[in-house]
Amino acid sequence: MGTTLAVRARGISKYFGEVVALDGVDVEVEQGRIHGLVGPNGAGKTTLLGLLLGLSVPDEGQIEVLGTVVGRALTAPDGVAGFVEGPGLYPSLTARRNLAALAALRGEGVSGIDEALHDVGLTDVADDRVRGFSLGMRQRLGLAAALLTKPRLLVLDEPSNGLDPAGKRHVHGVLNRLAADGTAVVLSSHRMDDVEALCSEVTILATGRVVFTGPLSKLSADNRELDYRLRTSDPDAARKVAADTPGLQLAEDTGRQDNGVLVVRGLVPALDELVVRLVNASIAVREFAPTVSPLEVAFLDLTEQQEAGR
Amino acid sequence: MTVVDAPVARPVPVTRGYRFELVKLLSQWRIRLLVIACWIAPALFVAAVSQQSSLPVDTLFGRWMNATGWAGPLVMLGFAGVYALPLLTSLVAGDVFAAEDRLGTWRHLLVAVRSYRHIFLAKTLASLTVILLLVAGMAISSAVGGLVAVGGQDLVGLDGHLLGSADAFARVLLAWVSVLAPTLALAAIGLLGSVALGRSPMGLLLPVVVALALDLAQMLPMPVAVRLALPSYAFIAWNGLFTSPAQLGPLLISIAVCLVWAVTATALAYMLFLRRDFTSASYEGTGRRAITAGALPLVGLIGAAVVIIAAATPALGSGIDQDKVQRSVATAFGHLYRLQAGQLNRPDVTEEQLAATAACTKGDGLIAAEGPGNDWRCVVSWHLPGVAATGSAIYQLDITSDGHYVADGDGPKEVNGYFQVRTPAGDQPNPLWQFDGNVELLSTTSKG
Repeated sequence: MGTTLAVRARGISKYFGEVVALDGVDVEVEQGRIHGLVGPNGAGKTTLLGLLLGLSVPDEGQIEVLGTVVGRALTAPDGVAGFVEGPGLYPSLTARRNLAALAALRGEGVSGIDEALHDVGLTDVADDRVRGFSLGMRQRLGLAAALLTKPRLLVLDEPSNGLDPAGKRHVHGVLNRLAADGTAVVLSSHRMDDVEALCSEVTILATGRVVFTGPLSKLSADNRELDYRLRTSDPDAARKVAADTPGLQLAEDTGRQDNGVLVVRGLVPALDELVVRLVNASIAVREFAPTVSPLEVAFLDLTEQQEAGR
Repeated sequence: MTVVDAPVARPVPVTRGYRFELVKLLSQWRIRLLVIACWIAPALFVAAVSQQSSLPVDTLFGRWMNATGWAGPLVMLGFAGVYALPLLTSLVAGDVFAAEDRLGTWRHLLVAVRSYRHIFLAKTLASLTVILLLVAGMAISSAVGGLVAVGGQDLVGLDGHLLGSADAFARVLLAWVSVLAPTLALAAIGLLGSVALGRSPMGLLLPVVVALALDLAQMLPMPVAVRLALPSYAFIAWNGLFTSPAQLGPLLISIAVCLVWAVTATALAYMLFLRRDFTSASYEGTGRRAITAGALPLVGLIGAAVVIIAAATPALGSGIDQDKVQRSVATAFGHLYRLQAGQLNRPDVTEEQLAATAACTKGDGLIAAEGPGNDWRCVVSWHLPGVAATGSAIYQLDITSDGHYVADGDGPKEVNGYFQVRTPAGDQPNPLWQFDGNVELLSTTSKG
């Protein structure tokens, strides 16, 4: 038995007049996965999310959502929920009334509302009008509205926008739980740390084309030199070890003159070797982390290549 | 890999969408305020004005506000037709689509409802429901205010005849029901503006702007066919319900015109709505397309209505001529004379016995006696049983282009030259001193 797909897009293109928003895009998203969609502004992320929600249909190619070919606008199958370009809430209603009105619109009861509000951490403000909500609270309420439908495919456009750390924890927790229960989640984000923290797969779009799609691990392991911050118990000794490690170079300027912090640059094998050598030299490693996330490096590389190739 | 199967989604039924839209509308403080205002303010206004010694005599039925509670809702109706109803339709129908643009909720709504048609129907029905709630509030509130403050005495009609309380109630009710037609037309224009102009303030103001333009047009001298072809005439035509026999021709024609406007403007709004691109977050209206697809058909509708009305009725002139004015003044005088005789405890006479006639001229007889103007002069003559002499009284008439006139008594003092008459119960307003009348612009009503 094969893996089940929530989304299968084949060669989809979408035009807005002269503008090519999507150009032959292929994407697959499996059930139970959180799939990140990243790309610079105007790359076509929102257009693709809109197609998944059934707001419009591709001009070319075919898109299947939960096993249904979406051939006409507004015919996405049941089980698809989410939002693009804001969660779509009514400010004159309270959080609870927003959800209750939506539930009534869909012909559902109000039984799941308290649970949805609890899941996104909005129980305390359930009876406050949305007019007074921050952006992050609105995002969380938008997620709660989507949860009410018990989605099998959740489509979210920049769900981390405006979230404080507590809000982010709630949202990440909800999304991970949904994925664990078999729901496919497709989200776009400009926050690479969020994508890395949440997603198992990522699609990078640039100028309407897919420049990478696949597991995040594959992207991170590609042959790219990465900058790592290194803090040790003996910075001078560590500097010598790093200088002697083949394939590794010391970056001159960290931008901050932190005491005892080195920035080293190299491929993943060279970075691994450095750690081994530091341990063998009895130098304690207190911090060893990328200065820029591997996803971000890959993202910048790939999108710049695509831009240059146009 | 396999693809999971999901049931095909069905659109949300219109009834659920309708309830959703109602919830949204009624949650807005602006709408709540309007509902409260429409259900309370007219009662307070009518009750307060009815207690004043100085009445709004420039407004139709205003002079009777302290005589009967049925005058209050009619004064309110005259005010509503010019100001309140266009404003209400603007604030409700003119915003019902634009609000989604302002809040950025279109995509959310489309994903939830999954049908353009159902969204359009739900929004249209919900806004009409709220508008009806507001209109009903104004009608009921003003009637209650008048009846509580003054009571349900007989109402003097526009040709001087008395309407009993039940008859007055029925006609007041019909008058308010009749203005639903132009209100629907304005609401449809509001929907059209809301769809076509998006977040633009012009979309919200469109019904008010159109209503003001049509009101101004009604003040201009123009052929009756053109006047009746404008949807605003129905805000005036209810006057015809208060004559005997009722002047139903103009009323029915204007209602039909309004309903055609309502259907056409709603259909145009629907077409524009279906063509709209909902994938753009920065929609600012259809701009030039709104003019070609929205305004031009409505202008064409006016032209078509003018042609049809002109062909079906003798409606190419002003509709105001010497014969109609004389007949109207004589009829009103006859009815009001009986009213005055009753006040003075004089023997009752019938209209037939009085056999009142009027001889009217315009511009001191130097110009043709037709058309609106404040230079009409009528000499009314009547007979009393057993009295050889013929009574006569003079009136100066100010006739507006919609056929409404105010007859101002010019003597003799004992008949119509003074604003009060001395009755056994004390001084009372003299019904013959000044009165409102209505010249039917079309000659469709039997001369009775």
